[in-house]
Amino acid sequence: MSLTALLALADSRLPAGGHAHSGGVEQAISAGLVTDPVSLAGFLRRRVGTAGSVAAGLAAAACAVVGRAVGGGAVAAGAAVPPSVAAALADLDAEADARTPSPAQRAASRQQGRGLLRVGRRAWPHPAWDALPTQPHHAVALGVAAAAAGARPADAAAAAAYLSMSGPATAAQRLLALDPITVAAVTARLSPLVDEVAGAAARAAAGPFGGLDLLPASADPLLDLLAELHVSRKDRFFAS
Amino acid sequence: MPPDHDLDDYVDPYDPGQRRAPDGGPGALRVGIGGPVGSGKTALVAALCRTLGEELDLVVVTNDIYTTEDADFLRRNAVLPDDRIEAVQTGCCPHTAIRDDITANLDAVELLEARHPGVQLVLVESGGDNLTASFSYGLVDVQVFVVDVAGGDKVPRKGGPGVTSADLLVVNKTDLAPFVGADLDVMRRDSDAVRGEKPTLLISLREDPAATDVAAWVRAQVRSRALQSA
Ligand SMILES: Nc1nc2c(ncn2[C@@H]2O[C@H](COP(=O)(O)OP(=O)(O)OP(=O)(O)O)[C@@H](O)[C@H]2O)c(=O)[nH]1
Ligand SMILES: [Mg+2]
Repeated sequence: MSLTALLALADSRLPAGGHAHSGGVEQAISAGLVTDPVSLAGFLRRRVGTAGSVAAGLAAAACAVVGRAVGGGAVAAGAAVPPSVAAALADLDAEADARTPSPAQRAASRQQGRGLLRVGRRAWPHPAWDALPTQPHHAVALGVAAAAAGARPADAAAAAAYLSMSGPATAAQRLLALDPITVAAVTARLSPLVDEVAGAAARAAAGPFGGLDLLPASADPLLDLLAELHVSRKDRFFAS
Repeated sequence: MPPDHDLDDYVDPYDPGQRRAPDGGPGALRVGIGGPVGSGKTALVAALCRTLGEELDLVVVTNDIYTTEDADFLRRNAVLPDDRIEAVQTGCCPHTAIRDDITANLDAVELLEARHPGVQLVLVESGGDNLTASFSYGLVDVQVFVVDVAGGDKVPRKGGPGVTSADLLVVNKTDLAPFVGADLDVMRRDSDAVRGEKPTLLISLREDPAATDVAAWVRAQVRSRALQSA
């Protein structure tokens, strides 16, 4: 397994379009819910525990699907993925839909999935990219990216959980002109939670039944509502 | 050879210049229009749409900072039909969206190209930024940097990647030179000094709303892309 692959996937420097998404924090700030480091920490905690947990489970499951079928990392020339992989990834994509009640969040996820697909297929060539829909959910694309880059399902879960925190943290820092060192401290304090959420999601994805119903499915109606309000605005810096 | 991203010598084979349209043709020329806030980027895009719109199949992507002001201006002035303009959000960082992570812009360009098969010219206007802004050549084939006379005749001398390296430097609002005490000869000389062979055009969109010289340059670029990859 490649540790560097995990670092690359969680790096905000990876040009997959994440910088234009605030993970809901732009609207939370407009609504007066996030105003300072303390309320930001509360927001991030909620987000990691819901959207982060769901994404982590789906990413781990997608990574496992590819790994089981063709193996991860560099694969032999001309290797093809069996049709069952495309079907399994399509199932996971549908599970992501079902776990994302807000249409705005579904669209934002697919937009970022498409971005990750674009950079991932050139950074880590692998036949599994062709088994994805053209606009996959971000978590599903992340699982495939992890497999293609030679990382494990648990790494995919870790990257997904981490990104659910780091994206909105950076956005809040910009929007509120927070002290970046304070924001770094906030996210550092949250790392045990991120680890815990990622670990639980990875275990669920590796569960005895391999069943999709075991994947995390927590929701947060407030975040859904904020996302819907946000997408209807014309004056916004972020796409979501 | 296996897909060899584990090997030391792996180089991404993708070459933006060799990009192909779905029909196998060379596809549209992508032109970046960058420059500081208020220098006349949207005015130039509108002018190019008016002047080239009849002869070329063209679309526009705007990178507004906070609103859809620029996109709305182009729509309002009926320069282009609505479905030929896409606005992208830049996450408080207009510069990142055109240089470091071009994903949202590529999405918009590809969406427009898919919606209008056979499109020949894509204009991408960056959000107003500063003299360090420049487009990644993963996003555009050529770029135009627009500064204005009102910013003072020191601007070309100050340099920065836009001024020194853009494929075309446009110094706009020459009509304002007398009012701000800017010396156009100095601007011309300083630009030439840092730009080598690369062209610079001093224009006034107020006096020439057709942007005749810039349109001629863009036309030549479109032609050369079509020939190059034919
Ligand atoms: N006097 C004069 N004014 C001009 C000229 N070109 C543009 N303007 C005006 O300059 C102002 C800014 O022009 P825009 O085209 O909006 O500039 P921009 O670079 O797109 O601005 P941002 O997108 O906000 O960065 C507008 O009020 C234009 O009418 C010119 O040649 N002369
Ligand atoms: Mg403008």
